[in-house]
Amino acid sequence: MVTAFVRHRGRAVTLPRRDVDTDQIIPKQFLKGVERTGYGPALFYDWRYRPDGSPDPAFELNSPGAEGATILITGPNFGCGSSREHAVWALAQYGFRAIVAPSFADIFTANCYRNGLLPVRLALSEVDALIRSTEGLHEIVVDLERQVISDDRGFTASFTADAYGRDLLLRGVDEIGRTLLEEPSIAAYERSHP
Amino acid sequence: MSRTLFDRIWDAHVVRELADGVALLYVDLHLVHEVTSPQAFAGLKREKRTVRRPERTLATVDHNVPTGERSLPITDPIAARQVDALSTNAREFGIELFDLKSPGQGIVHVIGPELGATQPGMVIVCGDSHTATHGAFGAFALGIGTSEVEHVLATQCLVLNKPRNLEARITGRRGPGVSAKDLILALIGKIGTAGATGHVIEYTGDAVRALSMEERMTVCNMSIEAGARAGMIAPDEVTYTYLEGRPRAPQGAAWTKSLEHWHMFRSDPGAHYDTQVRLDAATVGPQVTWGTTPGMVADITERIPDPAQLATAHEREAAARALEYMGLVPGTPLQGIPIDRVFLGSCTNARIEDLRAAAAIVRGRHVAARVRALVVPGSQRVKAQAEQEGLDRVFTDAGFEWRNAGCSMCLGMNADVLGPGERCAATSNRNFEGRQGRGGRTHLMSPAMAAAAAIEGHLVDVRAW
Repeated sequence: MVTAFVRHRGRAVTLPRRDVDTDQIIPKQFLKGVERTGYGPALFYDWRYRPDGSPDPAFELNSPGAEGATILITGPNFGCGSSREHAVWALAQYGFRAIVAPSFADIFTANCYRNGLLPVRLALSEVDALIRSTEGLHEIVVDLERQVISDDRGFTASFTADAYGRDLLLRGVDEIGRTLLEEPSIAAYERSHP
Repeated sequence: MSRTLFDRIWDAHVVRELADGVALLYVDLHLVHEVTSPQAFAGLKREKRTVRRPERTLATVDHNVPTGERSLPITDPIAARQVDALSTNAREFGIELFDLKSPGQGIVHVIGPELGATQPGMVIVCGDSHTATHGAFGAFALGIGTSEVEHVLATQCLVLNKPRNLEARITGRRGPGVSAKDLILALIGKIGTAGATGHVIEYTGDAVRALSMEERMTVCNMSIEAGARAGMIAPDEVTYTYLEGRPRAPQGAAWTKSLEHWHMFRSDPGAHYDTQVRLDAATVGPQVTWGTTPGMVADITERIPDPAQLATAHEREAAARALEYMGLVPGTPLQGIPIDRVFLGSCTNARIEDLRAAAAIVRGRHVAARVRALVVPGSQRVKAQAEQEGLDRVFTDAGFEWRNAGCSMCLGMNADVLGPGERCAATSNRNFEGRQGRGGRTHLMSPAMAAAAAIEGHLVDVRAW
């Protein structure tokens, strides 16, 4: 069951890097689990923690005030590389509800929509404007119903979510349950394509 | 209306249009491995659902398995639990499994083609981004997440937005010492790591037609590194010759019928591509990555680029950050950069032709004193074939370690990892920060280039050999 997403208000943290790959979002040593939970502490592990295990104060998520942020603003091609859904589980379990970036990798996007995490695609100039506006970690509102992102300092931009993914999120749909209702179509396809 | 190869495969698999451009798509072959499947099977059990078509599902263990001695139990208890989980799930749901004891075990993208299970015109999915490999046969093959794995297990279908068509036309004759890996690295360098996002790449042109089946797999394998949903090459005689007689390929009358069917999987003349890129193979030299994305790549004769010369602030920042991580200085010639490790392996370059190309360089020589080098065949069958040809002796005589099949140091989930600061010449597909081990520095290249680097102890132009 997908966690529904209609409208979210929360604080943002910025990670101004491009091509953040899923190996960075969750390194390989955390992929050995057989559960869907417990990945939040491993998020951005190699960037977040120094080799001795202490938090690296230079990393954006460890900056003062970043704690409790629920919106991540980042660079182009976020989530590229490995298909590991663990990356989305880690982001969601850390507490993120939306990721704002100029572009996302395809598999990552599909994984987001199936886990209640909203990828918000804005123009590069809009992301830069939002980053400038967000200095000081104020609150942002992401409205999936209206497809608008705004803050209380006058920033507002519209975005277009993937229509199918938007529907999954707005209604918190059990996607498999819904596809199983297509059984007659699937069976008919199989009969005509032995 | 004229259609592309991809349009044809798509149209032939639409179970139902759900919305404009969104379809419920039928999946012909679902490949499963131990790392991205346990949560999917757990979901099925929790909801009391079944696997709709277990006979269209094939499982193997590859990502986290040790590549050393196979007669001993797996020493990592957490990895062992994942391998055991797949074994239990395969048994409970009636799925065929190529486990650690099987002579058919190997990297999922190596064994699918090897078995002849991968065929033209199919829709193939796997919880792994390098599923694009199978597109070399003229299939639509894509990587999916674990939620989608569960969806395909339960319904044999996938809901997908139809990607756009991108034609990558590669023409001209490759120079000596230039491999399929160099072509795909050069293409990624040209269009960027997000250059094909939202698209399926169809590789066309005489330089693509001239590739062997295994070389085509290398090219399609790295489509994801350009951001593509999939990569594909229309089937031809090379494809059919490779497939004929393989265990899962159609036999007898069914083979003749299949050939007729497969001939339709090609793009019409004048078919529309949303995006087109061209590459002249004659201009491509051996490629080596210098940074932390596969797009940060240069000809071996070039120098480490100066980030200050790049066009945008984002690119300058990314390149500067990459060079700091890689411990490299702008202006340094790529040739001569010393290496500590060599990894010959992965779903990109660990098939028999790759091992032969590397062995031809290594034969009668020895790995440099400071280098530790590893050969990890893509499958146990590739390993057996190589041993039959005596390649294992060529490698071990030269000081390489000769291992059992698995993903190994491509992603470092097992014990095969780089130490902090160690520099590796690798035939795999990703040079991301920490990919091969925290602090490890990866340079991607062809098998021949990696073999030459192992002998010299530094990056070298294989054409000088």
